[in-house]
Amino acid sequence: MALETARRPRSKGSGAAPLSALFWRRPALRPLLLLAPPLGWFVVIYLASLATLLVTAFWTIDPFTTQIVQAWNTDNFQRIINEPAYRTIIGRTVILASLVTVTDAVLAFPFAYYMARVASRRVQTILFAAVLLPLWASYLARVYSWILILNHNGLLNWSLQSIGLPAANIGYTNVAMWLVFSYIWLPFMIIPVYAALERVPESLLEAASDLGARRWRAVRDVVLPLALPGVVAGSIFTFSLTLGDYITPILVGGAGSTFIGNVVYTNVGIANNIPFAAALATVPVAIMAVYLFIASRLGAFEAL
Amino acid sequence: MKLGALVAVAVLAVTACGSSPTSTGNTQAQPPTAGMKPLDKIGPGEGQLNLIAWEGYVDDSWVKAFTQQTGCVVNPKYAGSSDEMVSLMKDGGGGQYDMVSASGDADLRLIYGGDVRPMNEKLIPDWTNFQPFFKNPSYNTINGIHYGISLQWGPNTLLYNTKKFVNKPTSWQVIYDPANKGLITVPDNPIQIADAALYLSKTQPSLGIKDPYELNKKQFDATVALLTQQRPLIKKYWALASDEISLFQNGDVVVGAAWPYQTITLKAANAPVDDTIPSEGATGWGDTWMLGTRAPHPNCAYLWTAYVSTAKVQAEQALFFGETPVNTQACAQMEALQAGSCAQYHADQTGTAYFDTIKFWKTPRLTCSDGSQSCIPYDQWVSAWTTIKG
Repeated sequence: MALETARRPRSKGSGAAPLSALFWRRPALRPLLLLAPPLGWFVVIYLASLATLLVTAFWTIDPFTTQIVQAWNTDNFQRIINEPAYRTIIGRTVILASLVTVTDAVLAFPFAYYMARVASRRVQTILFAAVLLPLWASYLARVYSWILILNHNGLLNWSLQSIGLPAANIGYTNVAMWLVFSYIWLPFMIIPVYAALERVPESLLEAASDLGARRWRAVRDVVLPLALPGVVAGSIFTFSLTLGDYITPILVGGAGSTFIGNVVYTNVGIANNIPFAAALATVPVAIMAVYLFIASRLGAFEAL
Repeated sequence: MKLGALVAVAVLAVTACGSSPTSTGNTQAQPPTAGMKPLDKIGPGEGQLNLIAWEGYVDDSWVKAFTQQTGCVVNPKYAGSSDEMVSLMKDGGGGQYDMVSASGDADLRLIYGGDVRPMNEKLIPDWTNFQPFFKNPSYNTINGIHYGISLQWGPNTLLYNTKKFVNKPTSWQVIYDPANKGLITVPDNPIQIADAALYLSKTQPSLGIKDPYELNKKQFDATVALLTQQRPLIKKYWALASDEISLFQNGDVVVGAAWPYQTITLKAANAPVDDTIPSEGATGWGDTWMLGTRAPHPNCAYLWTAYVSTAKVQAEQALFFGETPVNTQACAQMEALQAGSCAQYHADQTGTAYFDTIKFWKTPRLTCSDGSQSCIPYDQWVSAWTTIKG
């Protein structure tokens, strides 16, 4: 009997609802079909382009015509490893990205803590808008405004002089880049830290105080460990955004401010040496892979 | 009579250049498209024209009249760098693009890549009015064959703050001088290596640099060493003309390498600056309209080239972009539009003596003009530039 009823839809299948019958028989098919377009997009756009990048990195160009020669070799990678200039540039990019991340974490934590746990609902909304407001203005406009502040006749030197201090010539230096990067990526740190802090249950803090912990002790031993995944999640943004940037170094950097992105850009845009640009572009990809691995170990993805 | 005389002068110039050893001799390798026969006469326009150009080169203020006269609708695509132009013109423009307003540092790559084809200068009536130098410059004319028609040019000048330099600097030495540490700016462009090579060709004659774009290993290393010493003195390597303008305006720098455009803009804003071509001479750039090997609208392309070569359009474009026309008759038009502009842009220069002081950009290639394979090619210029900037 059971066999017969099970067969019935199949015999009718060609007429009534073949598709729903198919889904009934293979339940895994429906989500697969739904996911196919976004999954296909992901595979083609992200993974295929990454694979192309990786493959191109092992080719070279003909110096005569600048056409790509598809001869497999590791010359590009050897050049990156052996030439001190590239080591300096990679080192500078990573160090500045780390500095910016630490700066943003230090600035964002008290701010996000106040927003999540101290401020009233109304103040919270105002602060939220204030954090997101700069993102409405163009990236370029915000970087240019820093040029106006930091240059020789700028607001900073004018202010220093009017209170009798010597001028600080930090326009067009790596210090200027550190300031600008820390400023433009700060919202990307505040939001995830805020989200993590908001999820810390009030009861845990009450329990801590019941057990005799003072407020600072509770923050250090209860809130900070629970908010750490949020800080790590924010650091993924600030670190990777700084690592891949090439516009700020052009605009506010000086001599000796070249980033990995700038070298990639000149090799694509001026020299037409796409294989070398591809080889160099794998460096931040590799750095981020390591970074994300450590971040996932620290539980950053649960806080996103 | 007058026209006849001009044609005679032009013919003389062509033959003189053909035999002169300083410009393109007969020893140079023939580009792949050398055998393609250019048009004999311009036929009716095809109704469309697809151009790759620098921004500001295809402006409505002169394009409208062209479309009305010829029926050719102009579709410009603006490129951000010489190399973007080269890659867009791959495969002769891919049957899509007709012309490119290439600069001297891209020209030889386009010509030897087979991406552009010979052009018939006789179809450009104003060609006879061009400065003799720009009829056959070595960056667009090879073995007497024209791979494009010269458009505009400009020198790379020494820009300085007149308060800091009361006396006009006479040498490029000021941008290599530790006394000006932190107050110097130079362009962020690998072709800048040629500026240093030009300086060394005069200050260190023992290196034997004859052409700043054709450097052997020893000459190249000496030039890179000079630029590496210069790096700690540099405030900023500028990427956009507007960057350099604000550097001078804000007092961040007092001396640097620039284009006439920056000087004119700064002077208009009453900044205390002036420019000069120092005793060592200067590098310069010359732009050329080049015809794609597979251009789908060649008649419109010729009509366009003839149109932008006329004195009126030459003058308009020169003032719009801040550069110098190649048509000698454009000077009067420039004066009519803006008094004093002809001399400001050096458009009144006639003799060859002035142009001998300017070494025009061309692509550094492995093959030197004497045929030997001992010159440093452009990709090494680019990687050296990265190393210099650190």
